[in-house]
Parts: sequence; C-alpha cells; structure tokens
Amino acid sequence: MSEPIIKFDKVNKWYGNSFHVLRDIDLSVAKGERIVVCGPSGSGKSTLIRCINRLEEHQQGHLTVDGVELTDDVKAIDEIRKNVGMVFQQFNLFPHLTVLENLTLSPMFVGNMPKKEAEEKAMVQLNRVRIAEQAGKYPLQLSGGQQQRVAIARALCLTPKIMLFDEPTSALDPEMVSEVLDVMVELAKQGITMICVTHEMGFAKAVADRVIFMDQGQIIEQNKPDAFFNHPQTDRAKDFLGKILGH
Amino acid sequence: MSETLNYQFIESRPAPMRTEGFMPWIKSNLFGNWQSSVTTFIVGGLLLYYVPQFLSWAVFRATTVNDADACRVAGVGACWGVIKEKYRLIIFGRYPFDEQWRPLIATLLMIALVIASCTRALWSKWLVVLWVAGLALYFAIMHGGVMGMSVVPTDRWGGLPLTIMLATLSIIFAFPLAVVVALGRRSHLPAIRTFCTIYVELVRGVPLISVLFMASFMFPLFMPAGVTIDVLIRVLAGITLFAAAYMAEVIRGGLQAIPKGQVEASASLGLSYWQTQFKIVLPQALAMVVPGLMNNFISLFKDTSLVTIVSLYELTGSLGLALNSDANWRPYKFEGYLFITAIFFAFCFAMSRYSLWVEEQLSKSKLR
Repeated sequence: MSEPIIKFDKVNKWYGNSFHVLRDIDLSVAKGERIVVCGPSGSGKSTLIRCINRLEEHQQGHLTVDGVELTDDVKAIDEIRKNVGMVFQQFNLFPHLTVLENLTLSPMFVGNMPKKEAEEKAMVQLNRVRIAEQAGKYPLQLSGGQQQRVAIARALCLTPKIMLFDEPTSALDPEMVSEVLDVMVELAKQGITMICVTHEMGFAKAVADRVIFMDQGQIIEQNKPDAFFNHPQTDRAKDFLGKILGH
Repeated sequence: MSETLNYQFIESRPAPMRTEGFMPWIKSNLFGNWQSSVTTFIVGGLLLYYVPQFLSWAVFRATTVNDADACRVAGVGACWGVIKEKYRLIIFGRYPFDEQWRPLIATLLMIALVIASCTRALWSKWLVVLWVAGLALYFAIMHGGVMGMSVVPTDRWGGLPLTIMLATLSIIFAFPLAVVVALGRRSHLPAIRTFCTIYVELVRGVPLISVLFMASFMFPLFMPAGVTIDVLIRVLAGITLFAAAYMAEVIRGGLQAIPKGQVEASASLGLSYWQTQFKIVLPQALAMVVPGLMNNFISLFKDTSLVTIVSLYELTGSLGLALNSDANWRPYKFEGYLFITAIFFAFCFAMSRYSLWVEEQLSKSKLR
C-alpha cells in the first residue's frame, strides 16, 4: 500500500477546557478510498472531517494531509484547502452570487484562472451534476437538492484530490435526497478520495470501501460495509444500527 | 392492490371578497372597525380645518413682491419676497457676492459626481480617478488663487455648498473607516479589537457639538507654534470620526447576521481572510444594513448644520446671517426657514428614495 493521503496520528481535540470531542484518533485513508463515517449525534464525526481542512484545529497529535502536516502554518493550510473540497449540510452557497459566480470565485481568486477559462470549467462541473441550465440563477431560487448539487460542483471546481461531505443530505426534503446521492455515487466511481459523514446506509453499502463508526469522540469500529451492517462487533454499534434500521 | 383511488381535480377559484383595489383598501384601512372609523373622522376633520388655513396663508394671501413694506400691509399672508431678495445670501452665505458663480459651478460638479457614483452603469475603477480629479477641481474653484481667480479663504465659504461639501466628504471618508472599525471589532487580535471598541465607545459617549468645539478651538492649542490646519479640515475630520463610529456599529450589526457557514465555505474554498471579507461577508452584510446606513447618511447631512456654532455658516447659519443683519426683513425668518426646510427635504427625500432603489436592486438575488 502506498503512502496514505490522510493520516491521523493520536489526534485529540477539546472544545473549551472540558469537552473532549476527539479522543486518540488513529486513522489512515488511502488514495482513492471511499469512507463513510457514521455514529450518533455529538460523537465527533463532523469535527473529525472538519479537522482535515482545518476548519477545526486539533490540539494534540499529528494530522497529515497529502504529505503536508497541519500546523499553524497558514501557507500549508492554504495549500491543503486547494486540494480538499467540502460539501456542507446547509449547502452554504453564497446567496449574493449567481450559481456560475459561486463556482468561478475560487478558481479565479485563489487559482488565478482567467474568467473565461473558469467559466468553461464551471460549466463542465455543472453538467456533471446535471444542473447546467441553472447557471444564471441565484442559489435561493433553486430547490434544496439543486443547491446541494451546485455546492458539490463548486467544491469540484478546484479539482480536489479529496472530497469531504458533512451530512450532505440531512437538510433536504426526502424527495430530493436521491438526486444528490446519485451525483455522489457517480463521483465515487471516478476514483476521488471521499470521506462522507452520512446516515444513508444505502449509499454506504453501494460505494463505501470502509465504514467508520464513532461514539463519544472515539472510533469504535471500522469495517467493510457488508460486514459492519450485518455483523457489527460492538454492542454500541449494534444498538445504533438497531435504532436507525429498526423501523 | 390493482385498483387506484380516483379523485376530482379542483380548479382554482377567485377569492369571494375583493381585497385589492381602491374601495376595498379604504374600507379595510380607514373604516375597518369603529375605532379606526372614529380616528379617520377626527384626523379628517383636523385636516379640513388646518390645511385651508395654511394654504390661505402660504398661497392665496401671500405676496411675492420683494418689498418689505408690501409685506407689512394688514391681511397679507406669507412674505415670499424675502426669499427673492435674500436667496443668494441664504444659499451662498458669506462667499464674496461677485464670485458666487464659483460655488455654484463647484457644487454642481460635486452633485454630478455623487449622481454618477449612484449610477450602477458607471461603477468602475474610473470613478475613483474621477473623484480625485473632481475634488481637486472643486477646491481649485472654491479656493481660487489659480487661473486668475481671487483667493477666498475657507472661513468665507458657506451656505448650501458648505452643507453639501461637508456631508459628501464626511460620508466618503467615514464609510471606509467604519468598515475597517466594524471588522476590527470582530478581529481575533485583541489589540485591534480593543482599540476599535474604545474608539467607538469614546465617540458615542460625546455629543457632536463637543467634537466640533474640540476640533475648532481646542485642537489648535495642542499644535506646535506656527503649525496650523485649516478649520474646515479640522471640522471635517471631526464629523468624519464622529459619523464613522455610528456607521461602524450599524455595519457590525450586518456582519453579525452573516451565518458562520458562509465564512467556513469560503475558507474551505481556499479564500484568504480579506478575500472572504470583501467577496463574501461585506457584500451581504452591507446589503442588509442599507436602511440603517442611509439613516446615518441622512442624519449626517442634517448634523452638518451644527458647524454654525464654530463660525462656519452653512445653510441654516447663512439664513441667520442674511436676515439678522437686515431689520426690514428680520420679521420674515419663518418664510426663510420654510425655504431651507424645502431644500433639506429635497436632499433627504432623494437620499431616502435612492436607498429604497438600492434595496430593490439587492433583493433581486433573494427572489425565490
């Protein structure tokens, strides 16, 4: 196995003085690997992936992304953020910019790409998420599912090596979940490294190489999806799966 | 289950009661219930009583002859002749009478610059160049000493040109300062945050009059001998620093309202702090506080009338100068005040309408 693209080495994080949100996290992600992170709310799933592009700072341990260790070095953080795309639960599109402007912003001002080239590349990504006809609209004129697909396209515009998804379908109306998942499945087939916090077990079964189960800031269990869903090893995971699949 | 349920599609029908249009509006807003009917009759009665009286005074019994004796005739209403007689003194203040074409041209130039800046089609980098050139020309014309124009010292500047100039320049300088202070109050760097907080709290803690007194009388005492800064510049700086503190708080209110997710999304896309502020946060924050900012601009425009107390005779001050010195016309100050009221109203109303237009433009991205 080649060098992992993401490596957590005994990473710890606290919120304030007492809330120990990540506890001794050890995790290696191989290039091209597709990982689903699940677990009860407050278990540290989002914090874990937000550490990868430094939206959260860890206080102990070492975290290396694409060969660069995350420290206070702003240059290193900028470099990593260029290679890591992120999709948020609440979409976080920029409401004052059109869909196309949302996509070209970073290539133009971070990547110094000429406007025309950035727009062409943006249209390629919009086609990829099947929403090219909405390029001139403002985000709030679109449905939730469309907005989230735009958000995915925006993250892809930097041609990242790693994509992080933080509960991308949790804020969507049930009718719109599948259009977003379809795009994510397609993306997963193209060999990009993906880490996805989600409770969509169908998605996990379809594309994940590995499922990571977290509780109370710890990685409790990790396994291939079939093995994890059918034969969870720990009582905590059995209990959790019983609750989300039990209906 | 092979059988599907049938249902009847219901066509949309018009509402049974008309709620739009003139008569329904009157009925629901003026005579909706007995309290509002009573209020409507009382207010209507008062209007019927007072409006004709005012019109009789201001229009039907008024005289427009610029002859003070004609105004003293019994039964004559408003004496608009005072405006006819004194309008140049009121509008241009103590600026030398024969040179008053200069403030006229300079002020028209400044108003043209302001209107150009308010026009969306002209928003570009060239506007900054235009302003720098325009202001240089403005001060050249006003101050003179070039192109054969005589020098007019700043303490002779006055009237409407002074009002417009003080308001325009203090808005132009205060706004960027306010943005910086608002960002500074939210900075992670304690020194910057503390400095900005102290500045805002200090300035908000004193009345504008005391700032003007300090700028015009106290400040020169602390200057080394022989060094003088023109009183106009000192007063302008005072108003600017005063207005910026209030504007900064309005802008900070807008900054607070931007969801954290916007900054996180921007950071995850690799944008720097300043790129995030200028491309993502400020455009949204400022759009939200347009009404509050325009409030500040309008009140700043009117607050410039306070500079009269430090002997800079702007519009209200020049009205006093024009009428107090002339015993014939002194009794007709009320007409004079109505005149400058109309001028102030015209400017403030234009600003208010412009802010509504800006809001309308900005709300286009929020349409669903």
